[in-house]
Amino acid sequence: MLFKTHGDKQLKIAIASGKGGTGKTFVATNLYSVLQQNQVSSILIDCDAEEPNDHFFFKSISKTDKEVQVNIPVISAESCIFCDKCYEYCHYNAIFYLPSLQQIHVMEDLCHSCGACSVACEHNAITEKKKTIGTVTTYLLSGNYKLIESRVNIGVYSPVPVITSAIKEAEQQGIIILDAPPGTSCPFIHTVNNADYVVLVAEPTPFGLSDLQKTIAVLHILEKPFGIVINKSDIGTLAMSDFIQKENYDLLLSIPFDRSVASFYSEGKIMAEREEKWKEIFENLIDKIIETACK
Amino acid sequence: MKIAITSVGNSLSSNIDERFGRCAFFVIYDTDTKSVEFIPNHAKDAEGGAGTAAVQLIASQQVAKVVSGQFGVKVKPLLDSLKIQMISIKGSHSVQEIINMVEER
Amino acid sequence: MQIAIISGKGGTGKSSITAAFASIEKNVVLADCDVDASNLYLLFTPTHEKEQAYIGAETAIIDNNLCISCMKCLENCRFDAISYINQKIIISDVACDGCGLCARICPTQAIMTQQHDKSRLYSGSFRYGKMVYGVLAPGEENSGKLVNEVRSKANIIATENDLAITLIDGPPGIGCPVISAIANVDGVVLVTEPTLSGFHDLKRIKEIADNFRLPAWVIINKFTINEKISSEIEAWCKKEKVNFAGKIPFDLVMVEAMTQLKTIIEYQPNGTITKKLKEIYNYIKLNINKQTN
Repeated sequence: MLFKTHGDKQLKIAIASGKGGTGKTFVATNLYSVLQQNQVSSILIDCDAEEPNDHFFFKSISKTDKEVQVNIPVISAESCIFCDKCYEYCHYNAIFYLPSLQQIHVMEDLCHSCGACSVACEHNAITEKKKTIGTVTTYLLSGNYKLIESRVNIGVYSPVPVITSAIKEAEQQGIIILDAPPGTSCPFIHTVNNADYVVLVAEPTPFGLSDLQKTIAVLHILEKPFGIVINKSDIGTLAMSDFIQKENYDLLLSIPFDRSVASFYSEGKIMAEREEKWKEIFENLIDKIIETACK
Repeated sequence: MKIAITSVGNSLSSNIDERFGRCAFFVIYDTDTKSVEFIPNHAKDAEGGAGTAAVQLIASQQVAKVVSGQFGVKVKPLLDSLKIQMISIKGSHSVQEIINMVEER
Repeated sequence: MQIAIISGKGGTGKSSITAAFASIEKNVVLADCDVDASNLYLLFTPTHEKEQAYIGAETAIIDNNLCISCMKCLENCRFDAISYINQKIIISDVACDGCGLCARICPTQAIMTQQHDKSRLYSGSFRYGKMVYGVLAPGEENSGKLVNEVRSKANIIATENDLAITLIDGPPGIGCPVISAIANVDGVVLVTEPTLSGFHDLKRIKEIADNFRLPAWVIINKFTINEKISSEIEAWCKKEKVNFAGKIPFDLVMVEAMTQLKTIIEYQPNGTITKKLKEIYNYIKLNINKQTN
């Protein structure tokens, strides 16, 4: 088994899918379980900060929370001479500015913490304060394994700072599994951009194929190597495997649909812990990932 | 008293624009002088914060009321703090119809 | 009447249910606001009567010939988007948030911001009325602005064609795009599934619907996957006084219908799921009408 000897080198693997609900978390949690069972140095990071769900699948001994904070400007109306400059510098319309009524303040939900207004102000009217936008939780699991979870607060413009903090939290060596957020926009990009290799989990339906193609387009832009797992491979159409074959992409694994797996999974349980067959499937998948990622 | 109406076009027959922050034009109607002014909304295509910018625009015109279809969650407290009354209208009405309604009150 | 269908978690069957609602109602404006992964056009193959470019975010670009390596941009960038590699300033397109500060403070005007214009907004006709959908270019930020554009186009089309009902297929998650998709609608349909994750995410999106004081209805899709969690969700709805609209059994015909590019209503006009969905849709519509009147 390749992965047993790989534990001392760092390898970040993102598990992603354009569409939600394709089995991304299923693959990520089972992979992590297999690594634990084989005592491979590894960590799982839940980067789906809007809907983090990996914690359902592991029993934790303890957990520690760390708040993720950003800098938000505070404008003193007393020191302000209403010169327009910060208002002009702000690209996000986050400064409410009414010189006629001597009103100026920051709309915190709109602020992207870029610091442009602080640079703009020449009258020391702008200071900065901390604002909490989410939490990074580290769950300690048995055997000194850890699950790191990013969770963004409701109403925050972007989960990206919370995701990046969670990824930074894992400094150790070994295999780092990133459970990526759905979609193809910023949160997804910032997650996969931190990875050495991306595993795309897709369903062979027309919707699933279209999402897979969109996701691959982004990975091409980012120049990230990737492989594909087809989940529920026996439902839907053959269009997806034809596409993968035609484009000569790496098909890492096909998982047939199994209703009992779906029910078992729904309760936050891991197949690789229950059945030897599934343990082997995911051990082989890890091997295949390392083989493809390092070639 | 001045009233702001959000509008999709720059004539009295234009319909009101149901979006406050991302409307095409602001119509500023003065009930004392009966004057009407159309101000294009430059912030309508802003990535974010169109509502904030719109409040700034109408507040600097010293309006007492604003008529639109919908007011966003960030906009409501701002307008409240400036004591500008919000009037929500549903369905399609022209700017002229709104002015008539205001005058009949 | 505007009804938004959202789910928090992806893969609960939200789009299939939206498509089913459209074929029950038959004369609607369908707004696909899942701009990150808009898929309903695959099912309904609408005509492209209009294509509009959508101007998205901006990012900074540098002209290295003008750059004097003063490092001012690098020192001030809060997004770690600027690095100095091999004696050259490099701006990462991925990390750049487009705030424009670097361009403003560059002493030699070597930096400019550039608008992205690859995303598109389409509108046209389909077999149950009119359809509007947005397609975000690969890697573009989903700020909710394109969702807003899709919805305002849908509003215009609804007025022009005198279509009373707009169905909005919302994006997953709890972020800005979701908020843009549900703001000021008449009712929100929350589609969940009986998994621990589905239940957890349902609670999060319910909170959002409450923040906006929007009336919401819960549908449990695939409830037979785990009847225990399904009844827990029902009990939670009762306790929290959330309207419960109904539950749909798990059946592979939903997938079969999609692979044939049909809605479940078209695929099995007399099937049990079709009957159930009609019941649910009519129940929600009736109750929204009651509330608005």
